[in-house]
Amino acid sequence: MRLSLAIIPLVLFAALAGVFLLNIDKDSSVVPSVLIDKPAPDFSLPPLPGADKGLSRADLTKGEVSVLNVFASWCIPCRAEHPLIKRMSREAGVPIYGLNYKEKDPQDGVKWLEELGNPYQAVGMDLSGRTGIDFGVYGVPETFIIDGQGNIKYKHVGPISTEVLENVLLPKIAELKG
Amino acid sequence: MRKPFLAFICLMGLAMPLAISSPALAVNPDEMLSNPVLEERARDISQELRCLVCQNQSIDDSDAELAHDLRVLVRERLVAGDTNEEVIDYIVARYGDYVLLNPPLKPETYVLWASPIVLAILALLAVAAFYRRKQREAAAKPDTLSSDEETRLNEILGKSENGGSK
Repeated sequence: MRLSLAIIPLVLFAALAGVFLLNIDKDSSVVPSVLIDKPAPDFSLPPLPGADKGLSRADLTKGEVSVLNVFASWCIPCRAEHPLIKRMSREAGVPIYGLNYKEKDPQDGVKWLEELGNPYQAVGMDLSGRTGIDFGVYGVPETFIIDGQGNIKYKHVGPISTEVLENVLLPKIAELKG
Repeated sequence: MRKPFLAFICLMGLAMPLAISSPALAVNPDEMLSNPVLEERARDISQELRCLVCQNQSIDDSDAELAHDLRVLVRERLVAGDTNEEVIDYIVARYGDYVLLNPPLKPETYVLWASPIVLAILALLAVAAFYRRKQREAAAKPDTLSSDEETRLNEILGKSENGGSK
């Protein structure tokens, strides 16, 4: 009786330590998306100045897996991940669409792509940020993997790293392509 | 004739800061609705919604760009005739339960909501058990002193065995 009572704090501590250990790698600032396995929201965005094609939901429902990358010229991590978006466009074998989120000036997005290169099949310009909200975007960059029927299958928040690209995104795309 | 008027102006001057001051707000004047009833509802809703950028502030308190956009969106929905619940559901449909500063009661959150009650009950049980044991121990002990205790007590009190002073 006495011994079992004495063990309780130890057991509680071990349980708590276990919970912390399980969560030690978890980034608490990443909010799980409610849109996973749901259809991408309906949207239709104008093109960047000088481009002939904007972006709408119809682009995501062509029966082909696609990637939607939310970026902005004012977003420093976007600049860091851009080479990896270019690499993804070469290696993934699926179209990559850009959602240019909340530029102060429409030309900013154009200049950014001219400077860094344009890996996107098409770019939609979301000046108001309303389409971003429909996609549950809360921090750029964000990257969505969308199946051929236009359902969101995966979302990555924050800049893509080489590890994320190689170990998560490319395998996920390959799996969806079947 | 002029004095009461001056006093009135002074009083007005004193009252002015009280009248125009309100708690420091992230809500910009240009965001506010002209309809005070709708604006009040917008404020209520905004205080329930978490700013996802800063995470521990409501969108009503936050200066983040996204919080601004969401405040404007909340007001737009209200003007369009949504009820408070419809506005909140609209945001939750996009950002999930996480945007609610008050987590809803549903199967995933039963543990969260039940844990304070369970812990309180456990604490009460522990306290009750502690006092019950103390009582039992007290009951088990005799009320009178043993002869050893009596001797020691007399020593402390400076009394000799025969009861008189030295």
